[in-house]
Amino acid sequence: MSGAKLLPTTQWVGAAVPRKEDRRMLLGRGRFTGDLARTGTLHAAFARSPFAAAQVDAINLSAALTMPGVRAAFTAAELGHPYLLAILERAEFTATRMPLLAGDQVRYVGEPVAVVIADDPYIAEDAAEVVEVEWTPLPAIAGLDAARVAGARQVHRELAGNCLVDLTMFDDDRLEEIFATAPVVVEGVFTSARVAALPMEGRACLADWDDRDEQLVIHVSTQVPHQVRSGIAQALGVPERRVRVIAPDVGGGFGLKCVVGREEVVVAGAVMRLRRPVAWTEDRQENLTASFHGHEQRYNVRAAFDAGGRLLGLAAEIDCDVGAYSAFPFTCAVEPLMAATELPGVYKVPAYRARGRGIASNKPPTAPYRGVSRPQIVLVMEQLMERAARRLGMDPLQVRRINMIGPGEFPYTGVTGVSYDEGSYRESLDLAEQRVTAGGWPAERDRLRQAGLRAGIGYSCFSERTAYGTPTMSQRRMRMTPGYDTAQVRMDPSGEVIVTTGTCGHGQGHETTFAQIVADRLGLHPGQVRLRQGDTDLSSYGWGTFGSRSIVIGGGAAARAAEQVAGQLRQVAAHLLEASAADIELTGGSARIRGDAGAAVPISELARVVYFQAHTLPEPLRYGLEARESFDPPGTFSNSCHAVLVAIDPGTCEIRLRRYLVVEDCGVVINPLVVEGQVRGGVTQGVAAALFERIRYDSDGQPGSATLMDYLAPTAAEICPIDIVHLETPSAHSETGAKGMGEGGTIGAPAAVLSAINDALSDTPVCFGHIPVLPEDLHAALTREGAA
Amino acid sequence: MKDIHLIRLRVNGREHELAVESRRTLADMLRHDLGYTGTHLGCEHGICGACTVLVDGSPARACLMFGVQADGSEIRTVEGLADGEQLSDLQQAFSDHHGLQCGFCTPGFLMLAEAYLSDAASDGTGPTEAQVRELVASNLCRCTGYQGIVEAVLATAWSRRSAGAP
Repeated sequence: MSGAKLLPTTQWVGAAVPRKEDRRMLLGRGRFTGDLARTGTLHAAFARSPFAAAQVDAINLSAALTMPGVRAAFTAAELGHPYLLAILERAEFTATRMPLLAGDQVRYVGEPVAVVIADDPYIAEDAAEVVEVEWTPLPAIAGLDAARVAGARQVHRELAGNCLVDLTMFDDDRLEEIFATAPVVVEGVFTSARVAALPMEGRACLADWDDRDEQLVIHVSTQVPHQVRSGIAQALGVPERRVRVIAPDVGGGFGLKCVVGREEVVVAGAVMRLRRPVAWTEDRQENLTASFHGHEQRYNVRAAFDAGGRLLGLAAEIDCDVGAYSAFPFTCAVEPLMAATELPGVYKVPAYRARGRGIASNKPPTAPYRGVSRPQIVLVMEQLMERAARRLGMDPLQVRRINMIGPGEFPYTGVTGVSYDEGSYRESLDLAEQRVTAGGWPAERDRLRQAGLRAGIGYSCFSERTAYGTPTMSQRRMRMTPGYDTAQVRMDPSGEVIVTTGTCGHGQGHETTFAQIVADRLGLHPGQVRLRQGDTDLSSYGWGTFGSRSIVIGGGAAARAAEQVAGQLRQVAAHLLEASAADIELTGGSARIRGDAGAAVPISELARVVYFQAHTLPEPLRYGLEARESFDPPGTFSNSCHAVLVAIDPGTCEIRLRRYLVVEDCGVVINPLVVEGQVRGGVTQGVAAALFERIRYDSDGQPGSATLMDYLAPTAAEICPIDIVHLETPSAHSETGAKGMGEGGTIGAPAAVLSAINDALSDTPVCFGHIPVLPEDLHAALTREGAA
Repeated sequence: MKDIHLIRLRVNGREHELAVESRRTLADMLRHDLGYTGTHLGCEHGICGACTVLVDGSPARACLMFGVQADGSEIRTVEGLADGEQLSDLQQAFSDHHGLQCGFCTPGFLMLAEAYLSDAASDGTGPTEAQVRELVASNLCRCTGYQGIVEAVLATAWSRRSAGAP
């Protein structure tokens, strides 16, 4: 626990406070973007490319425009060829425009070429179908190999080797010598399939023009309202104040909605011309084929170990199929940069080389899907540990322990220059192993095997870097560098509080957890604290909710601002009680003199006096109880150990989870309900990536996963109960001691599941290095080995 | 030429009479013609179940029915579960067991479970965890990992049974 600052005495932080968000959702009174259309709203639909790559020779809108009920239709030319441009300020990066509507060329099936706006969405869809386009199909670049082959067509003219970014982040010249002399060198190719984030609410927007404020007001289902505003302003060439972005209730995001969608900006542009409200709601087919994907990666890895299992060196070539465009504002470098920078994870790597490339293809662009390369890098490192152990005849958990950053080594700065704050890496693995043994998992595995099934236990150990502020984000050199956030805390005359934040919760329960943090600082009940988020006119510029940043950065800013207001309250109370401000404590709704049970004044009375009897106070105490504070930390690492027991039916090759355990440490737990919900939901998404989900494309770039019949998101029947054990190592880089934890479940699950599958196959030569492992993969491998 | 039908139905006990185009889905009709926006659309092809409503007491995907097919029906949506401002036992259990995060899929799970619990109560047997998991597998949730939903439905079933069940 060293390194943690003295935390304020807490009451609400740590409690399982029921979520404020629940009531309206349970009553069916949530307000999602698609619920907001008013009478007279027009509806947009997009005409999209049926080809993965084609020249657009001509677009004829006349059939669409003459359809009854159609009000307008636009092509790129009519909108002035607007585009989004995401830039990484590095020589190794090639910037490419993402046109809002494709102009002379389309680069994936589903790319929009025209928008039709009609009285209702049924008519709009009919009209989009009769937009006539003359195409000249081009050969599709459908994947990494097609993109890299000599003479391959370039997805963008300005590229070479279809490479959008090529970064050698680290290169230790001792490595070749290390590999030449090491007792054990483990080599492997590891791949992960393209997946969809699949929020249950797809993307949606509703834009209108407000003549009073001379402003476009656009409701968007987004994680990043301010970046949507910046994107609209940049693409349409208007000042940011002319745009107000509001995120109402948002039905999940998982990274899909932390980038700016071109359809949202097209609708904004259309409304600026039409001055009529226009709504767009993507359907699931558009969501699966024409939004953003993630996680299509290939790792070529070599790792050298000594005879005792200690890692000596690591070299990795990381290729990410990032699709046709760089998503705004992060660029396509997010995945390769994250992978190359953080591959070593919880392990001590003495010598390291990593090259990360983002390769363009004729598929939809990628967004930073939950976990962002960490599910893959954890899978890679855990497989290296497993394979080294197998080669050396050692216990794989022992190989992990030998290489893991251990107790007493924090803060640890490794070969990548990344500094790891205090964690419980070793403790979480030890505890997980104890629980697995005490819970009878090995015996259950034996019983399953005796019953004729294949069964295996797998572990994964990892840390999750969260809450990246600008000190860390700036190393990526994005033209728009995210990181900080700002909160305002304002007490009203009845003594209740409104907090504004630039973060933008969409299922994480921020209305509850931010209120817990602020309530403790002010001696109030969380019910007296209201969070306002997701409105660019209400909050200071902020970076929304992604990268497990909100509770640390947004919550940290809110804690700081609340502390300022608490100071103001203590001054006023000291004046009224004729005491020293240092002796005043705020608790249970009152300001009290410490140690004097009789001397107290309700906080509501302090607020009343400040606002309504200002003249009775000394000048510095008058005119409001409010504060604005920012927070911009370097980042903090939460950590976990996952363990899973799987059973495989040798006949059907179906892989089923039997037991799942997560030992997690996210520092101070603000609300255990919320943390456990995030872990369980995250694990489910990670299991999905390990066993079920795969966006398929054929060699012509045609999508094969356009419905939820083809893209298999897990149901309750595929998931087992997930047990969670908490450790709490507070972070010194966090105002509340909390660490981010929104992605950990997704990060750890694929590696643990893959280890378990390989354990179940340990009597065969089969050892998988890809996800998802499908029944057909198992069947093919076991048949090949004669082990079926 | 639009093909318009005059239909009559009851939603949450309230009578509605409206003209609806033959191709309009029940979900769109409920949401946009009648204002029951608590019914959500997650896939519009019958897989995710977010749009589940009760049609004459049985759960149905409102995206797979046309509005005209509901002519003469009794529909129950999520807006009809609470007693005024008082959450039903099932709704309260979803909150107690953290059975929702973003809340988008929640109305579909509530209606699915409500129908199931009414049936379970009528035959007097309490469901097992496996039975509830099988039921909950009808719909998709992307946030929770389902555990809170399963626990909420089980807890409601048990409490209704021990209370003698309505």
